[in-house]
Amino acid sequence: MKEMICICCPLGCRLKVYDEGGELRVEGNSCPRGARYGVEETRCPKRTVTSVVRVEGGDCEMVSVKTSDAIEKAKIFDALALLKGLKVTAPIEEGSVIVRDILGTGVDFVATKTVRKKQ
Amino acid sequence: MTEKKNLVIIGGGPAGLAAAKAAYDAGERDILVLEREERLGGILNQCIHNGFGLHTFKEELTGPEYAARYEREVAARGIECKTGTTVLSIKDRQVTAVGAEGLKVYDAKAVILACGCRERPRGAINIAGCRAAGVFSAGTAQKLINIDGLMPGREVVILGSGDIGLIMARRMTFQGAKVKAVVELMPYSSGLNRNIVQCLDDFGIPLKFSHTVVGIKGKKRVSSVIVAAVDKDLRPVAGTEEEIPCDTLLLSVGLLPENEVAKTAGVELSPVTSGAVVDDGLMTSCDGVFACGNVLHVHDLVDFVSEESERAGASAAAYIRGKSGGSDHVTVSASGGVRYAVPQKVNRRGDGPIGFKMRVGRPAKDVKISLFCDGREVAFRKKRIVTPGEMETLSLTAEQSDVLRGAHEAEIRLTEV
Repeated sequence: MKEMICICCPLGCRLKVYDEGGELRVEGNSCPRGARYGVEETRCPKRTVTSVVRVEGGDCEMVSVKTSDAIEKAKIFDALALLKGLKVTAPIEEGSVIVRDILGTGVDFVATKTVRKKQ
Repeated sequence: MTEKKNLVIIGGGPAGLAAAKAAYDAGERDILVLEREERLGGILNQCIHNGFGLHTFKEELTGPEYAARYEREVAARGIECKTGTTVLSIKDRQVTAVGAEGLKVYDAKAVILACGCRERPRGAINIAGCRAAGVFSAGTAQKLINIDGLMPGREVVILGSGDIGLIMARRMTFQGAKVKAVVELMPYSSGLNRNIVQCLDDFGIPLKFSHTVVGIKGKKRVSSVIVAAVDKDLRPVAGTEEEIPCDTLLLSVGLLPENEVAKTAGVELSPVTSGAVVDDGLMTSCDGVFACGNVLHVHDLVDFVSEESERAGASAAAYIRGKSGGSDHVTVSASGGVRYAVPQKVNRRGDGPIGFKMRVGRPAKDVKISLFCDGREVAFRKKRIVTPGEMETLSLTAEQSDVLRGAHEAEIRLTEV
């Protein structure tokens, strides 16, 4: 049995997820979304990861990035390590790929901000 | 030196941009947005995490992406924005600002205050101890890391479990720091539950409720902080002190509307929200001066800031066209667990449906948020749970709004069901 707080809404239900021979049963939820969350969070918890990357020749020091989709929680720190020491050159358009195919997940780090060239 | 403008908006963050867009869409063309930073977008620029825009755009955006959407809307309308320009004062709708062009005075028909808020500093909470380097507000640390690319410290204790404190616990962890604890004075967090899970639980960061920092040690740099439990009156309990070695203390101890400019205009401020007292068109006590966003009251979702600011923009545009509600108001008080409700007064000669935003004083379960007009319950909304960390809303129908406008007195109250 695994206990968790549902993050779907402000209620923050305390969920109990029971593994019954491979079938997951969720208790403590107040709605269907909570049941879904309990199952997903037990099977394969995923998170969108955001950070920053250093910029050269831009009108600011750092460009913010995010994973284009949620990645497995267990891969967060390995994914972040790919950004360490990385430098990108301005100009950068919002949405452009900064790191392609993070750890073979098929998910990219993309810029969340447009950076212009330094005047 | 003096330039005439129909509408001057002070602040180019989410509130100012949404107000500008809405004023334009309501027919106003002579608009100027003044922003003191070099970039538009306000605080969103440093909020690189996702979770913005679920209400407005039905998707989870990061702060910079949310800001960019409004910047594009404003640019598409050709609305003039001056960055690097700080407003010094407002008097009789004359806005004095200093920027690249030197000192300028704008003679405006209407002004919208969209100046946002600032963090409560260390001085406001009186922590004893030395004055070593390493004590930052959470927002300052966020700016250092996300904008300037600088790391403020390696071993961190965070005081306050508001959303910025929680977000920064994760952010510092991502950048390789060790967050030793988040310490919260109250027995509950004022941050969102999802942030406690995603920012603390995911990384095994302990959250100590009913605890506070009672001392800071260190010579040049912080070397440890002393944490102690507090009793029900929030006083530290002797004998519970624990020393936590660290080089950095982040403070996330609340936000205050930035009303320095509003004060120069003589705007009446609420002692509860620290923001202006406004009517349902978001006009302050000064004729033609409006307020919206975090300068009015601190919001937890930017989506609500945008929505409120669009109302202020449309309302200012109507005011410029000569449509003024006058000064005959119904005062709407807050009581019975509701700490405040905005707007605080309603124009008797206004029209359209009215919506209130409010905060409760402490958590409660199975409650009803009700509007009473002359002792009669006119509208209500049932809630399974309310907490001080989540802003609540009460939207009235057109009929209910008319009842309110005709009332002698009105009150918003929390009752148990």
